Amino acid sequence: MHANNPNLKHQFSTLEQQHHSYVAGMWVFLATEILLFGGIMVSYTVYRFQYYEAFTAGSHDISLPLGTVMTAILLTSSLFMALSVRASQLNQPKLCALLLAITIILGLIFLGMKAFEYYDEFHKHHFPGRHFAFHGVHLTHVALFFSFYFVMTGLHAIHMMIGIFLLALMAVLSLRGHFNSERYEPVEMAGLYWHFVDIVWIFLFPLLYLVGTAQ
Amino acid sequence: MNDHTSAGRVDYLNNGYGLKSWLTTTDHKRIAVLYLISITLFFVLGGVFATLIRIHLISPRGVLFGPSIYNRMFSMHGIIMVWFFLIPSIPTVFGNFLLPLMIGARDLAFPRLNLASWYIYVVGGLITIVMAILGGVDTGWTFYTPFSSMFSNSYVLLTAAGVFIVGFSSIFTGINFIVTTHTMRAPGMTWFRLPLFVWSNYATALILVLATPVLAVVLLLIAAERGLGIGIFDPSLGGDPLLFQHLFWFYSHPAVYIMILPGMGVVSEVITAFSHRSVFGYSFVAFASMAIALIGFFVWGHHMFVAGMSMYAGLVFSLLSYLVAVPSAVKVFNWTATLYKGRINFEAPFIYSIGFIGLFTMGGMTGLFLAALPVDVHVTDTYFIVAHFHYIMVGGMVMAYMAALHFWWPKMTGRMYNRPLAVIAALTIFLGFNLTFFPQFILGYLGMPRRYATYSPEFQMLNVLSSAGASILAVGYVMPLLYLFWSLAKGKSAGQNPWDARGLEWEFADSPPIPDNFARTPVISWHAYPYDRPALTIGQEDLFDSTLKPESPDARH
Amino acid sequence: MIIGHVVAKRVYFLVFAALMILLALTVTLAEVNLGRFNIVVALTIAVIKMLLVMLWFMHLRYSSHLSWAIAGAGFLWVVVMFALIFSDYLTRSWLGGVHVP
Repeated sequence: MHANNPNLKHQFSTLEQQHHSYVAGMWVFLATEILLFGGIMVSYTVYRFQYYEAFTAGSHDISLPLGTVMTAILLTSSLFMALSVRASQLNQPKLCALLLAITIILGLIFLGMKAFEYYDEFHKHHFPGRHFAFHGVHLTHVALFFSFYFVMTGLHAIHMMIGIFLLALMAVLSLRGHFNSERYEPVEMAGLYWHFVDIVWIFLFPLLYLVGTAQ
Repeated sequence: MNDHTSAGRVDYLNNGYGLKSWLTTTDHKRIAVLYLISITLFFVLGGVFATLIRIHLISPRGVLFGPSIYNRMFSMHGIIMVWFFLIPSIPTVFGNFLLPLMIGARDLAFPRLNLASWYIYVVGGLITIVMAILGGVDTGWTFYTPFSSMFSNSYVLLTAAGVFIVGFSSIFTGINFIVTTHTMRAPGMTWFRLPLFVWSNYATALILVLATPVLAVVLLLIAAERGLGIGIFDPSLGGDPLLFQHLFWFYSHPAVYIMILPGMGVVSEVITAFSHRSVFGYSFVAFASMAIALIGFFVWGHHMFVAGMSMYAGLVFSLLSYLVAVPSAVKVFNWTATLYKGRINFEAPFIYSIGFIGLFTMGGMTGLFLAALPVDVHVTDTYFIVAHFHYIMVGGMVMAYMAALHFWWPKMTGRMYNRPLAVIAALTIFLGFNLTFFPQFILGYLGMPRRYATYSPEFQMLNVLSSAGASILAVGYVMPLLYLFWSLAKGKSAGQNPWDARGLEWEFADSPPIPDNFARTPVISWHAYPYDRPALTIGQEDLFDSTLKPESPDARH
Repeated sequence: MIIGHVVAKRVYFLVFAALMILLALTVTLAEVNLGRFNIVVALTIAVIKMLLVMLWFMHLRYSSHLSWAIAGAGFLWVVVMFALIFSDYLTRSWLGGVHVP
C-alpha cells in the first residue's frame, strides 16, 4: 500500500504530503523561535519604556556604521541562501554547495564583526557586572541597556553559529548526492532557519542601534 | 469480540528484541512505552518528596527537617511533578500511542523527532535527578527573582538547565502533533470526525509550541543574571522582579492547560465508551478545547494580584480569568449529559473519569473564587491555593491518567488486568485524595500559609487528617503498579476490542497493534462515536455505507 | 519531478535590492529627529523588510495556508504578550502609586 519511491519516507503516502509536512513542521518550530526572541524583545521594551534617556545613551555608544554593515551582510547572505535552496530544488548539487559556502562565509564575517564589537565593549568596561563603568549620565540604568545588548545579540549569535553548522552539513550532504528535486527538504528547512535568524537581526538593528539616534 | 491474536503474529512489541531495537526505535508505539516507563519513575520520585512533606507536617514544629531543607523538598516535588510528570504524561504516552491510530496513519509525521524528544526528556530528567541528589533548589518551582537569580545558595543554574532541556522535548512533541493532525489523516477523516482526544491533544500541542519558548527565555535571563552577573531583574539597577513573574506566568499559566486538556480528552473517550453513547454536543466540546487553549493565554496575571502589579491590569486579568472557566464548564456539562440514558459500564476507567468530573469541577470552581481580587488577597499563598491546584492536578489530571492507563492498557499490551482489583484501587484513590486535600481548603481559609516548614498549633488536626489521607492515596497508587505489572506476565489475553468501544484503535487495530498499525489504510465514513451501529473489526477498514446521509457531528446515537 | 514552487532568480534579486534600499532608508531617517515617531518609522521599515524576506525568500507566498497561519500565530502571540504586559506597566502610575524610577 506504499509507493516504492526511495525519496518517500515510510510514514507518508505522497511526495506532496511529505513536502507539505516538513515545511509546516519547520514553520511551527520557527513560531517557537518567534516567541523566544519576542519574549526578550518585550522585556527590552519594558525597560526602554521606563528608562528612555539611559537607553539612548547606551545606543549612541555602539557603532551605527558597523551595525549597518553587519545588517547588509546578513541580508546578502539571505539572498545566497535562497539561491542555494533553488539550486538544490533544480537538481544542481554542486551549485547548491557553492552558494551555501558563500552564505557561510558571509555569516562568519558577520560573527567576526560582532566579536570585534564585543571586544570593543569589553575594553570600554561596558559588560554589565562588577566592572561596569559608563561615562555619562544615568549610570545604573544604562547597565540594563547593555545587559540586553549582550543577551540579545549573544543569543542571536548562538543561533547564527548553529545555522552555520547546519549549512555546512547541508553543503556536505549536497555534494554527496543526498538531495534531488523530489527530496531537498532539509536544505529548504535550513534555509527557513537562516532567513528567520536574519529577520531577528532585522529587528535587533533598529531596537539596539537606532535608539534616539538624532536626539 | 474478535480475537485475532495468534502465536507467531508480529506486533509492535515482539518486532525485534533487545535493548538496541528499543533504544533506536522510531515506532510511535514503542516510544510511548519508553515514555511510560520514564514517567512512572518520575511520578514515584515526585511522590517520595510528597510523602516526606506530609510526614514532616504531622507536627506543628515539623517532624523531619529544618526550614532550609523543607524549602528544597517542596521545590523538588513541584519541579518533578510539573515538568517531568504532569506536562508530558498523557501526550507523550497516550498521545504518542494513539494519535496515529485514531487518525488512521502509520506513524506520526516525524518519527525520528519523536525519538529525539524522548532522549531529550531523559537527559533533562537525569540532570534533575543529579541536581536532586546534590541538594536541589529552595526557590519553589516558580524560581522567583531576585531570590533565585541573586541570593539563593542552591543549584539554580543546574535545575534551570534541566528544565530548559526538557522544554525542547515538549516543543518537539507539540510540533509533531500539530503537523500530524493536519497532514496525516486517513481518507474520509475530516476534522469533525476526529475523536475528541485528538482535538484535546491538538489544542495542547498549540499551547506547548507557543508557551514553552517563553519559559526558555525566562530561564536564560535567570542564567544570565546568576551566571554572568548581568543585571536583568536586579532592583538596584532599575530591574523589575515583576517582569520575571510576567514572563514566567505567561508560560506557566498556559502550562496548567497543557496539563489538563489531554486529561479532558481522555474523559471524553472513556465517558462515551462506558456509557455506550455518542458524546453530547461534539462540536461544543471540540471548540471548547480550542477556547481553553486560546483564553488560557490571557489570564496569567491572576498569579500576581498581590505582587505589585497595577490594579487596573489586575481587573483585566480577573475578568479574563472568569471567561476561561466557561469552556471548561461547557465540557463538564456535556460529559454529564452524555451519561443520560446511556448503558453504563461501571469499570475502573469509568470510575476515574467521573471522579475527574467531580473533582475537577471542585478545583475549577475554587479557581473562580481565586479570580475574584478581594478573595485572592485573603487566600493567596495559603493552603487554599495548594488545595485548589491539587484538586485539578491530582483529582483531575492524575485520575485522567489512571483512566487512560486502565482504558487503553489492553490495547497497548494485549493483556487484561484484574478488573475488580482495579475498581478497588480507583475507589481507594478517590477516598485517599479527598481526605488529603479537602482539609487543605479549610486550612487555607483559616490562614495557614503555604511553603512554611512549621505552622501554628491550631492547624494540627487538619494537617494530621491530610497526612493520613496521603497514606491511603499512596496505597491506592501502588496497587495499579502491582496488578498492571502482574497482568503483563499472567493477564488474560484481552482481545481486539474488550470494551466494545468505537474508534479506529479499537475497531481496526489489533491488541497489541502491528508495527504499521493497520493491515489496510482505513477509509472513514462515520462520525466519531458511532454507538448506534455494531463495532466493526479488522478486515472492514473501508466499509463504506453509501446509504448514510451526511449528518451533523452533533447528532446523537 | 520537481516538488514545490520554483521561484525565478530575478525575483530574488529584486527582493534583495528592495531590502538594501530599505536599509539605507532606515538609517537615513534615523538621523532625522522625529521625536517619538523615530521608533515607529524604524519598526515599520523593519516589518516591511521582514515581510519581504518571509513572503519571497521563505516562500510563504507560495506555501499552504497552514504555514501562513502558523507564522501569523507566532507574531500574534508576541503582540498579546506585549499588550497584556504593558497593561501593567502603563497603568502603574494611574493610582499615584510608587513609580519605579
